[in-house]
Amino acid sequence: MLRRFDVHRVTSVAEAVALRRRYGEDAAVYAGGTEILLAMKLGLARWGHLIDVKTILSLGEVSVNTDTLRIGATITHWTLERHPVVARILPALARLEANVANVRVRAAGTLAGNLAFAEPHADPPALLVALGARVLLQGSAGSRSLPVAELITGMYQTAIGPDEVIVAVDVPLPSADTRAAYVKFQILERPSVGVAAVASVREGRFVGAPAVVVGAVDEVARRVPTEALAGADPADPRTHEAVAEAARAAVDPVADLAGSADYKRHLVGVFARRALSSLAAQAF
Amino acid sequence: MGAREIVLRLNGVERPVQVEDQALLIELVRGLGLVGTKQSCDAQVCGTCTVLLDGRPVSSCTTLAIEADGRRVETIEGVADGPALHPLQEAFIERFAFQCGYCTPGMIVSAKALLEERPEPDRDEVRRWMDGNICRCTGYETIVEAVLDAAERMRSTP
Repeated sequence: MLRRFDVHRVTSVAEAVALRRRYGEDAAVYAGGTEILLAMKLGLARWGHLIDVKTILSLGEVSVNTDTLRIGATITHWTLERHPVVARILPALARLEANVANVRVRAAGTLAGNLAFAEPHADPPALLVALGARVLLQGSAGSRSLPVAELITGMYQTAIGPDEVIVAVDVPLPSADTRAAYVKFQILERPSVGVAAVASVREGRFVGAPAVVVGAVDEVARRVPTEALAGADPADPRTHEAVAEAARAAVDPVADLAGSADYKRHLVGVFARRALSSLAAQAF
Repeated sequence: MGAREIVLRLNGVERPVQVEDQALLIELVRGLGLVGTKQSCDAQVCGTCTVLLDGRPVSSCTTLAIEADGRRVETIEGVADGPALHPLQEAFIERFAFQCGYCTPGMIVSAKALLEERPEPDRDEVRRWMDGNICRCTGYETIVEAVLDAAERMRSTP
């Protein structure tokens, strides 16, 4: 049973922006509802107005241009997990999406909604940060593009302005020698630890440093400093150990039902090593 | 706004209904007397409230009723063809795939969506698809067996 609210079905982003201006804090953008309806049922949030953006047709598209995969804001995990273009260009993202929560959440929930809610125990942020993905926002002052790393500022907190709406998630197209991996440990509905690794590999060496990002253990996804590993051999166990150690040092795990801070820090090392092994396995 | 009339195709029958914006799909279907759909965790975790919305499984406990407007909703009551049980229902009975039965409507409805998309799933696919449906009585072996068995029955009787 939910307290009374009104749902506004809008047909343009401008209309959604206007409603956000009009209702302010009393309105939330609504697509899959898998996070906000739950929050309302648990009494953690209350809005008098939900702005349903699923009726904005332009937000329901996946497209590829010269350098970007654009994922419209109302695209569900279900669609991404099955999308032939995503599977071909970014198989690591397709696999991640196929393992978000459960099949019902994937059928309704959207990638953009997942980012906007900024639940720390989430799969997509780590990989999207590692891939250098950005979010396209539109507000009354116009549109802007923000890296996912800057969009999520804390637990359930984002840099989305009070009258802004997510239009799309933009993922840069990986080059031919780019490898990406996302591995996670999960005992409940949400990941306990997730580690993403993205790197270009040429002639058995990293081109520059690999991007390694740890998700779900901390308040936000944490980038692991890997500058020292520029040009390293991705298959060398010493590379994996160096990344694992840097990853353990980079996080400040929050203890919860999924485990203590120490336990999670240990898992971060294990899964950082596995993410690197996965990259190495793809590269040869 | 506030309340509106929607028209859904509920188990094959077109139903105009009046719903408030904040009404949940489970409240709508149970309010119409279709009480096979069960509520348990109320948080999209357990799967007892699963219904199909245009063929896709959703948690009716966390789906607004207005989402059903102009769409097909299928509940456990729509699975059998009159008195003839669906192959999934037959397989669940014959393989003892339940004890108390509370999770069973959600299990069957969810499995139906799987078999419509993947008529020949392997054991791993069944496990991965069904991992969001929780059973606290019987363990999952017989459930997985029943889904695989039903897939075979559906293939042999087109």
